[in-house]
Amino acid sequence: MKKIHYVSFLVLMWVGWSCNDQKFLDKDPTNILTNDKVWQSPNLVLTVLVDLYDRYPEVQSTEKWVEYANFDEAFASSAGEYYRHKNQEYNYDWWNYWDYGYLREMNLFIQKCTEATQLDEASKKRFLAEARYLRASFYFEEVKRMGGVPLILEPLQYDFSGDPTYLQYARAKESEIYDFVIAEMEAIKNDLPSDPNTKSRATKGLALATEARAALYAGSIAKYGVNTPQVTLPGGEVGIEASKATAYFQQSLKASEELIALGQYALYLKKPTDLSDNFASLFTDKSNNAEAIFVKDFKLKSGKTTDWTIINQPRSVAEEQQGGRLNPSLNLVQSFEKLDNTFATYAYTDASGANRYFSNPLELFAGRDARLAGTVILPGSQFKGKTVDIWAGYQLANNTVVSGDNFGARKVLPGKTTEEQVVGFDGPIDGLEFSAQTGFYVRKYQDPTVGSGQLGTRSEVWWIRYRYAEVLLNAAEAAFELGQNAKAAGYMNQVRKRAGFTKDLVAADLTFDRIVHERKVELAFENHILFDMKRWRLAHVVWNGNATDLTTQPGVATETSTRIFGLWPYKVYAPGTDQNGKWIFKKIIPSNVTNPHRFRLGNYYSLINEEIRSNNPKIVKNPNQ
Amino acid sequence: MKKYLILLLMGGLVTACKLDNYDPPASELSGRIVYKGEPIGVEYNNVTFELWEPGWGKKGSINVNVDQDGSYATKLFNGDYKLIIPSYQGPFKSIPNAETKSDTIPVQLRGSRTMDIEVIPYYMIRNATFSGGEKKVSAQFSIEKIITDASAKNIEEVALYISKTAFVDVRTNIASQVIKGADLKTMTGIQMQVTVPTITPAQNFVFARVKLKVSGVEDPIFSAIQKVTY
Repeated sequence: MKKIHYVSFLVLMWVGWSCNDQKFLDKDPTNILTNDKVWQSPNLVLTVLVDLYDRYPEVQSTEKWVEYANFDEAFASSAGEYYRHKNQEYNYDWWNYWDYGYLREMNLFIQKCTEATQLDEASKKRFLAEARYLRASFYFEEVKRMGGVPLILEPLQYDFSGDPTYLQYARAKESEIYDFVIAEMEAIKNDLPSDPNTKSRATKGLALATEARAALYAGSIAKYGVNTPQVTLPGGEVGIEASKATAYFQQSLKASEELIALGQYALYLKKPTDLSDNFASLFTDKSNNAEAIFVKDFKLKSGKTTDWTIINQPRSVAEEQQGGRLNPSLNLVQSFEKLDNTFATYAYTDASGANRYFSNPLELFAGRDARLAGTVILPGSQFKGKTVDIWAGYQLANNTVVSGDNFGARKVLPGKTTEEQVVGFDGPIDGLEFSAQTGFYVRKYQDPTVGSGQLGTRSEVWWIRYRYAEVLLNAAEAAFELGQNAKAAGYMNQVRKRAGFTKDLVAADLTFDRIVHERKVELAFENHILFDMKRWRLAHVVWNGNATDLTTQPGVATETSTRIFGLWPYKVYAPGTDQNGKWIFKKIIPSNVTNPHRFRLGNYYSLINEEIRSNNPKIVKNPNQ
Repeated sequence: MKKYLILLLMGGLVTACKLDNYDPPASELSGRIVYKGEPIGVEYNNVTFELWEPGWGKKGSINVNVDQDGSYATKLFNGDYKLIIPSYQGPFKSIPNAETKSDTIPVQLRGSRTMDIEVIPYYMIRNATFSGGEKKVSAQFSIEKIITDASAKNIEEVALYISKTAFVDVRTNIASQVIKGADLKTMTGIQMQVTVPTITPAQNFVFARVKLKVSGVEDPIFSAIQKVTY
């Protein structure tokens, strides 16, 4: 009886199923948007494009703080990151980048956008130009890190025939990739809006700024590549002929000057009375900021926020039990010029080597480039309206030091009976994470608003990828390389005036070292150092693995700088003497800096891993690895 | 019941490894990089050569590191390998192989084997002697230019390094003296000297060797490492 029930039920089911027509199976999905739907609506297309924007590649950014600690600019005051200062060598696969999945999606976007029939012409044109901008930026990033890569401009489709060889492309020449980037920028610049208030999407200004940067990189690789003849490949995948340098520099200068002539961008100068504060605000002020050209934006309560301030806030004024991770090095801090256009190390001792005494720690840093205090939180300076507490301990009359091993530790000083604070709430304490182990904290991009240092709030300060000052420095460098020193000095002086220099540089002052130095101090912590040092072929010279002392010639581009140094302030405790209560400084090397950095020739172009080379035998290996 | 189950599980653990495992490579290929039988000193971890075994689906080389004294050793499976020293590796040029008429050296491995690889260095450091005393370490040596034809290269610098441990080069030295190639007056009887800094914990010996860097070649040539008491 039961059996019959089952059987009839089954039959019923089968009948019920088969009776339905095709429509039943052909339902529109409710959880994904199909291609046809997306390519009807500009809003939906924008959401696809936003994802592509979000994957814009970079090595250093405010979202990757620790990448700043790889070279000689800063120390990573965080227990898990000390190895960066203990490494002798950079592995060959550092900074490698091979994201052809991202490229394919951009190619698909371009293909579908071209084929779309229901979009209005204006939005279609802009979307296409933006996608081409991102694709060219992808190739720019590839060529910076890997050299020439396969140049693929359409989505590739596998035919499942078992033979993928038709999908294997050889690497293009390094110069071909740069030529492609430059040509794309020229092609799309007039399709993009010429609007300086659009910061987080591509604009005409951005296309020109990218073109200027790319052409400058190509030009300097062509020019300075002769210093490293080993860093080339016979097929030109790495290395550019020296004869091409001039054309690239001309192209770069032309693009920069076209952008400057637009007149849409200007150096940020809202606080002309305090140029250091002005320089710091340039990175955090998002309203009517005429300097920013292209940014990655963040917004509070949107899920897209940044924790740069949480990670790096001075420990003494921190809104959480953390901060203070990135400590700028003395190597960087001493690179900032004096306001009379000369270079000097810090005079914390006199000619005989005896300590000099200061009534305020800031005195030592007075009369320097305004960008110093805008980039670095110095001992005795303020953040969020409070004076930071950076001092390493008490120096006694007999030259011994009383200090503690925790933030604001307390001890009894000789001749006293009660405990008092003997070390700053910011340290510096050697080996204690979050303390200012070099004596400095980073200021650039730190958000001054209340709550920016709280885990529950975070910050909406943007991350600037292209800004007007860099364009001016690009123009200055290109003009210098073309022998137009007066013009170069003119562009450079604009940037230097904003940094507080009153005496202009003249044509005769301009040297290669000047160019290198200006970029170093203006663009510190902005994702330039690695690529600049690579294109000038200076990386293996400056980071040469020699454990030398800190250079006394901060203005010389080829000086070795392989280890991070710090400068610690101490308070003097010597009752009854004139020096009591004054400040002295001592140069130190953090104990976690155990090895000098060495940039080998094989680091100039990162390793293309074996998996990639094995899958596509046409890919040649980068040199010297 | 539970006891049996645990026993069973344990038994499973013990035996499981046997099934899908195979023996590790047992044949050792070792030797030195030599010029006329004399080993060439290099930096540790920075000079490698490649071994390729054709016939497998994926292509990839086995990289073999050359030690400071020019020796190398690697454990391999028996097979027919092709040995290549990439042109940018080491302070030397490889000699075309008689059999392959190229820089490829065929290596048949049937059990362990010692094989010295003959190469032509740009220079050789000859008769390096070291002596120590009064907080100083001195070295005396000569330089012989080996490659003198059109591909000859100049000396960029020579240096004397001393180190706390037996790893001696630019990365690990505690004191050094460097003479630029342009300032090098003579090729024979070159004398160099460094002062030994204070070492903590104290030790009365250091390790020393002499470096010669050829311009346009990344890897320098070294003399043998010597322990020097001072």
